Amino acid sequence: MSFAVPPDMEKELDELVTHYPQKRSASLMFLHAIQERFGHVSQEAIEWTAKKLDLQPINVYELVTFYPMFRQVPLGKYHVKVCRTLSCALGGSAELREHFCQKLGLDAKEHGAQTTKDGKFTVEFVECLAGCGTAPVMMLNEEFHEAVTIKKADEMLARCK
Amino acid sequence: MPQEYRLILKHADEPGYTPDIDCYMRNGGYETLKKALSFQTKDLPDGKKQTPQEQIRQEVTTSGLRGRGGAGFSCGLKWSLVDRKSGKPIYMICNADESEPGTFKDRQIIHKDPHQLIEGMIVACFGNDVHLAYIYIRGEMPEGARILNRALAEARAKNFLGKNILGKGYDLEIHIHRGAGAYICGEETGLIESLEGKRAYPRIKPPYFPAILGLYMCPTIVNNVETLAAVKHIVQMGGAEYAKLGTPNNTGTRIVSVSGHVKKPGYFEVEVGKATLGELIFDEKFGGGLRDGRKLKAIIPGGSSAKVFKAGEKFKVKRKGPDGQLTPVEVDLLDLPYDFDSLQQAGSMSGSGAIIVMDDSTDIVAALANLSEFYAHESCGQCTPCREGSLWMSKALHRLTNGHGRKQDADYLIRIAQGIQGRTICAFGEACSWPVLSFINKFKDEFEARGARDEAKHSSSAGAGPSGEMRIAASPQH
Repeated sequence: MSFAVPPDMEKELDELVTHYPQKRSASLMFLHAIQERFGHVSQEAIEWTAKKLDLQPINVYELVTFYPMFRQVPLGKYHVKVCRTLSCALGGSAELREHFCQKLGLDAKEHGAQTTKDGKFTVEFVECLAGCGTAPVMMLNEEFHEAVTIKKADEMLARCK
Repeated sequence: MPQEYRLILKHADEPGYTPDIDCYMRNGGYETLKKALSFQTKDLPDGKKQTPQEQIRQEVTTSGLRGRGGAGFSCGLKWSLVDRKSGKPIYMICNADESEPGTFKDRQIIHKDPHQLIEGMIVACFGNDVHLAYIYIRGEMPEGARILNRALAEARAKNFLGKNILGKGYDLEIHIHRGAGAYICGEETGLIESLEGKRAYPRIKPPYFPAILGLYMCPTIVNNVETLAAVKHIVQMGGAEYAKLGTPNNTGTRIVSVSGHVKKPGYFEVEVGKATLGELIFDEKFGGGLRDGRKLKAIIPGGSSAKVFKAGEKFKVKRKGPDGQLTPVEVDLLDLPYDFDSLQQAGSMSGSGAIIVMDDSTDIVAALANLSEFYAHESCGQCTPCREGSLWMSKALHRLTNGHGRKQDADYLIRIAQGIQGRTICAFGEACSWPVLSFINKFKDEFEARGARDEAKHSSSAGAGPSGEMRIAASPQH
């Protein structure tokens, strides 16, 4: 599948470039915009971004591999990111992730992001989300959720159509 | 007894207070900017002249404000180091990459009172002759980025930003730049590389001091969200007045994040040094004490990189006596004033103002394993001691928490940590080794016992499998 950026999005990206004295600075914001629109950053998207910003593809590729938020493969429609770091761990985040895994038929013993067979959900442990006072916290796509109990988690899943 | 003193968070949690500009202006918002922009050049007693910009910088120096991001470096001093003679543009970056585990204060300012940050930032930019500035916000705060973008658009519409601000001939633009999940972007030179569109590999100092060779090799100021919000209040009330808050050399207010095993985790704005560590954890007005039936085991006092304290520790802290002399006094852990200097004298730091409390149900080995996994994941990989060492430590701790430990692992971990600290380009080397050094030094018996137990188990039943996932502490009451 070839990669095509719709004109409205390209206009937004062109505007982003004007924020910086040097084009290269816009690369992270480009990758965010691309991932939001297409769900992941493909090889074609990397090459397109490089061309747009007068860079070599490697200059963009090395960002995609360095920054944990970028991904090169599509994930589930709903992305569950549970905070793994200390305060949330003290607040029960391991149990919370385990619950998501069990409920969705994923293997809690596996490390890294896991996606359900139907491509609907991805469950992942992430590092500190800066919500330690209301542990455990998590994100469902872009929504931030605090003090997530098992009950709240079930309600959240039920809302995901 | 100490109380909360809400200066920055004065309105944040008031019912009906919204993050839009109208609400902010109804509460006196942007008056400080107007005041700053109308400062006149002043004649000093020695015949010299002081420009409005110099006056703002003077107020910040007088205030004694110390950076709220982690290092506690004097803000006035940081600004005074900026190379103003290079002829190059000066850039300002607000560090909103809040990601030190335990910290959730900047999120409150960004989400609940974004204009306060923006006003502080405009004043700081004006005071430093900055015409282009960025807010580097962490990727995991998409809502925060939207709120700030909205707020910036509102400020532009009212001409608090843009060309010829309020007709005073000053131009400034501020843009949002989103990170993408890398903790190292909180390190200022890593942040600058990231803003230039590169991997966030921190730069070596010298020569790359941001004040001289920062963003695009131009002089650059990087300040934390809370620091810039404080600048607004300093210019509003005057540096000397601000310095009356808090304690000497630890002035002003600071937002403390309390998390872990307390009844009422949360953020509390206090005058720096007016509340003790014990009060912040046990007082009803703050953390509210431990869960019923539990005893204190350990405290991480300043974000996960700070050295851990063990319950019952005592420290020698220098106190000013009635004769004005500094004399060492023995202070209990819980009686330590929560300020920059006292915690440093006690061998740790107040860092980003984040207190993580662990009670006696905590498996201290598992707690350190959790932190070490974080640092192994977040090492940028540039310096060999940190890239390799952080992973070795995490692997050894994984072994210890999964039934394959050895008695000598405690010493092994200390040896690795000592090989990292001081041997890396940035402070991440210390950030990943200090927790290991302090946890093991203070709880060595638990680490050794764990290793010895595993060894004994394996010699009696060769080939026993892992003991399964370890629980870090007693389950919370959901």
